[in-house]
Amino acid sequence: MGYLMHEMLHWAALARLPVIMCNINRVIGPGWNIWADENDSISQRDTGWLQFYCSSNQEIFDTIIQAFKLGEHEKVSLPVMISYNAFILSHTSMPVYVPDQKDVDNFVKKRIPKWKLEVENPITFGNIILPHEYELVRKEMQESQENALKLIPEIAKEWKKKFGRFHGDLLEFYKCEGAEYILLSMGAIGAESKVAIDNLQKEGYKIGLARVRVIRPFPIEEIVKLGKKADLIVIDRNISVGMEGALFSEVKSSLYGKTDAEVHGFIAGLGGKDVTFGDIETICKKAVKGKTKDHQIWYGLEEV
Amino acid sequence: MNMAIKDLPREECYLPGSAACPGCPATMALRIVFKAIGKKMVMIVPACCTAVIESLHPKTSFNIPTMNIAFEAAAAGASGVEAGLRKQGREDITVVAWAGDGGTYDIGIQALSGALERNTNFIYICYNNQIYSNTGIQRSGATPYAAWTTTTVGGKTEFRKEMGEIIQAHHIPYAAQACIAYPEDLFKKIQKAKSIKGPKYIEIMAPCPPGWRFGMEKTVEMGTMAVETGAWALYEYENEKVTFNGKSKLILDGKIERKPIEDWIKYQGRFRHLFIPKKDVKRLKEIEEHVDKIWERYRACYL
Repeated sequence: MGYLMHEMLHWAALARLPVIMCNINRVIGPGWNIWADENDSISQRDTGWLQFYCSSNQEIFDTIIQAFKLGEHEKVSLPVMISYNAFILSHTSMPVYVPDQKDVDNFVKKRIPKWKLEVENPITFGNIILPHEYELVRKEMQESQENALKLIPEIAKEWKKKFGRFHGDLLEFYKCEGAEYILLSMGAIGAESKVAIDNLQKEGYKIGLARVRVIRPFPIEEIVKLGKKADLIVIDRNISVGMEGALFSEVKSSLYGKTDAEVHGFIAGLGGKDVTFGDIETICKKAVKGKTKDHQIWYGLEEV
Repeated sequence: MNMAIKDLPREECYLPGSAACPGCPATMALRIVFKAIGKKMVMIVPACCTAVIESLHPKTSFNIPTMNIAFEAAAAGASGVEAGLRKQGREDITVVAWAGDGGTYDIGIQALSGALERNTNFIYICYNNQIYSNTGIQRSGATPYAAWTTTTVGGKTEFRKEMGEIIQAHHIPYAAQACIAYPEDLFKKIQKAKSIKGPKYIEIMAPCPPGWRFGMEKTVEMGTMAVETGAWALYEYENEKVTFNGKSKLILDGKIERKPIEDWIKYQGRFRHLFIPKKDVKRLKEIEEHVDKIWERYRACYL
C-alpha cells in the first residue's frame, strides 16, 4: 500500500478529505511475500490519517461504517485507514452480520462538506501557502486527531446501542481485572491473544489483554491508566528499522514520567510468520520472568 | 468559420495580479481556455508553474473552482472530480486537468493513460514548455535534442517523446495540438473538445522566456516559428482521423516549405552552444534531419 501511495496519503489528510480506506497489511518487497506484516501502514502513521487495526471480519465491517461517521465529523474531517492482517483476515471467510441500509444511513447521517468545488462559488484549493499558515494547518490536524480521541468511544458506544455489537473503542479490554501484566497487541495477533490469555489465566498467570484498535490518534491516557496498575507486554508485527517496534516505542513514550511500569517488547510475526496462541503464551511467560524489561526481543530469533 | 481575437468572449476568468513571469505563455493559454469553456468548469492542477501563477493563499487569480493536486495525479484527480459531479447530476460542468509537460510526459503519464482508457469525460490539457520550468529548468521527456537545461549542460542527448502519438494509441474521441501563437485555433479546439463526450487531450506549445532563454517580448514569435519550422505541428485527431491545421497543413501538403530549424533556435539561449564559439554543424544537421523524418512519417500516415 504505502510504497505506491505515500504522497497521496499526506495529500488526502492535508486536504482534510474524509476518505475511508481499507488496507490489507502486507509485506513490502523485495523479496516478494504476500503475507501479514504491519510495516506498510505503521510507516504511514505520520501522514495525518486515523488508523484502526481490526481483528475479525465483523469488526472490519462495523469499523468501516463507524469510520464514515468519525472521519466526516466536522470536528475531525480527516481520512481513516482501516487495516487488517493479510490472509488471516483478508483471504478467509467468517459470517458477517449486515444491517439494513436504512439503519446505516440513519447512523452515519448525510455528509455536509465544509468546502466544495462549485462553479457558483469558485475557490482555489491548495495553492501556495506561507510558513505561518502552513504551521496552523498542521496544528489544526493535530487538534482534530485529539477530537477523534473523544469521538471514537462515543461512536462505538452509539453503535453498540443501535446494533448491539462492540469491539472496544480505542482499546479492547479482555480479562484485565486484577491483572498484574497487561498484554498489548494488535490486529490478528490481538484476536489470537484472547485464547492465550484464557490459557495463561487457567495456569494462574495474572495477565489481561488490551488490544490496541487505534494507533492514530494514539490512546495515551488509556495506556497511562494501564501502566499505573500493571506492567505491560507489547507485541509488534512491525519494526521501525533503526529504532524498535512502533507500538513498543509509543507505549513507552506515553508512560514517560507518569508511571514506573515495566514494558516488555517483542517483535513477532513479520513477513506473515505465524503467531499462535502458544507463541503468545511463551512471550508472556518470558516477560513475567522479567528478563526483557525496556528492551525488545525478536521472538523466535533470539533467546531470552 | 473564421474568427478574430476580438470576437472571443469578453469575460475574463484569468484575473489580474497573478504570479506569472512577464511574457508567460501559460497565462496566454489559460485566458483562451477560460474563454472557450466559460465559467462552468472545474480545473485540476498538479505541480507546475500554474500552481504558482494562481498566486498566494488566500487569494487566487482564477475565477473558476480550482483544485491543486500532487505531480503525478492530475488525471486521477480529474477522474474523481468528474465522478463526483456526475453523481450530483452536474454533467453540465466541464472537468479540465491542466498540467505541464513534466506532469504529462513523465510523472503523470500513468494516471493520464488510465483516465483515457477508462473513458473519463474530461479534457486533459498539457501546456508544453519543454522543460520542468517551475523547479528551475530541468530536462523533461518533452525537451528537444541538444537543448540546454540545468540537467543537460552541453545539450540534451536524446530526442523528445512523441506524446501526440502516444495519446492517439488510446483511440480517444478527440485530441489536438495547438500553440499559444494561434489563439483562434486554440479557442476552436477547446470549444470542440468541450462539445464531445469522453476523454479529450489537447497539447499547447508554450515557449517559455526564462526557460528557453529568449526575450519576454518574443513568446508569440517563438510559437509562430515553432510551427513554421515544423518543430511543432498543429493538428486534430478525431474519429481516428488526423487533420492538420493552419501552416502545418500547408507544410504537410507541400504547399509551403517548412523554414530551417535554425530560424527558430538561433533566438533561444538554450541552443547557444550550437552557435558559439563556433557552429556545431553536426548537431544542427541532426536536428534538421530529425524534423524531416517526423514530417516524412506524418505524410506517410496522414496525407
